[in-house]
Amino acid sequence: MDHYYHAGDLGRFAEMGKGNAELWEKFSSYYAAVFAEGALTEREKVLIALGVAHAVQCPYCIDAYNKACLEKGSNVEEMTEAVHVACAIRGGAALVHGVQMRNVVDKISM
Amino acid sequence: MSTQPSLRARQSPLASTEEQRRVLAAVSARGLRSFDEALDGAGRHPLRADGIAVFQINVGRLCNQTCGHCHVDAGPDRREVMARETAELCLDVLARTDIPTVDVTGGAPELNPSFRWIVERARALGRHVIDRCNLTVLLLPSQSDLATFLAANRVEVMASLPYHRPAQTDAQRGTGVFEKSIEALRKLNALGYGKEGSGLALNLVFNPAGALLPPKQDAIEAQFRAELARKHGVTFNHLYTITNMPISRFLEFLLASGNYESYLERLANAFNPSAADGVMCRSTLSVGWDGSLYDCDFNQMLDLPVGFDAPAHLRDFDLERLRERRIVTANHCYGCTAGAGSSCGGATT
Repeated sequence: MDHYYHAGDLGRFAEMGKGNAELWEKFSSYYAAVFAEGALTEREKVLIALGVAHAVQCPYCIDAYNKACLEKGSNVEEMTEAVHVACAIRGGAALVHGVQMRNVVDKISM
Repeated sequence: MSTQPSLRARQSPLASTEEQRRVLAAVSARGLRSFDEALDGAGRHPLRADGIAVFQINVGRLCNQTCGHCHVDAGPDRREVMARETAELCLDVLARTDIPTVDVTGGAPELNPSFRWIVERARALGRHVIDRCNLTVLLLPSQSDLATFLAANRVEVMASLPYHRPAQTDAQRGTGVFEKSIEALRKLNALGYGKEGSGLALNLVFNPAGALLPPKQDAIEAQFRAELARKHGVTFNHLYTITNMPISRFLEFLLASGNYESYLERLANAFNPSAADGVMCRSTLSVGWDGSLYDCDFNQMLDLPVGFDAPAHLRDFDLERLRERRIVTANHCYGCTAGAGSSCGGATT
């Protein structure tokens, strides 16, 4: 194995059912229910998923939800904004911890 | 996706329908079952026609656009145009039958010198007439009275518009096409097209701008309705989704972009037996510019005429033998049976 990530592995996701079919079935039905039309549209949900995919930096999810977004009728401008939302939250999360940095600095400084 | 001259003009190997059929036939070599095997597995083989509700006339391959996904390989360089004698054969057949709908397509069908004659004669026979319109043709100086003609003859306009924004539309259909399309839609709206109570139907056709399946028809229709009204003041009646068929210029795009195998796999894995029940070939007869008969416009572009002893030319038209004919199928048919299905009238499920 010369790479940890292989594009073909996404299509093998269901192999995770081989170790525990019951848990896989529960996960699959939950996953399908999450992405079904509800208070949010399917299009809105996959845009959120695209943003989260970038936040958790999952290449499989980025691949899958790029296609899903386009196939639900979104466009690259909307998808770019979703990625910026993920970026802002990740960046903001780092920056807001700067307050902790300031707290420590304040405590140990004269 | 981008636009360039027709495959024929560029002397591309894919200008040969034999080469296209060879590429498509190799599906099983990639471990995918053939379309006929999929049909058989679903208990639907062989596919048969169930009457003829739509008489679709492809009046030729001449077009003022050269769209990147065009299954006809149409363009300004194409010279295959239906002659008046063949158009007369079409009208003779219509007069002898009660086929209710005449669907006129191309190319840009309006550029055929017999287009208006066909429309007027078909309307005089009391038939519903559909014009598959690329919109920009309405703005050509030679066609300045076209919109008025269509309205006067109560022709349903089925207009191509792949997205409600310029970038995606222009990438597929050519620079500036979106802006012109909006201008043409406004022109149609001004005549009453797409307005409630006018009786003038203006329907849009959506197809994905890439190696993708179309969205759910009702969801994307709602999105188009809101966006076109808000940004451009344009209204329409319905929007129909069509899956891009892996033939001709879209096949070239798939091969050149490295998306061919994954797209075919996508279509095959999304095979939906219910969609197969409603495919357009079961209720349509397609006529080529030279009077040859086909099960659909896609088969026409692959040079796959009606088979299994059905009469293959207008001269030999025989309703009894055509209305329950066995359909000629091949792997490209996956394009009409994937997901919610696809047809000239949109999703089939």
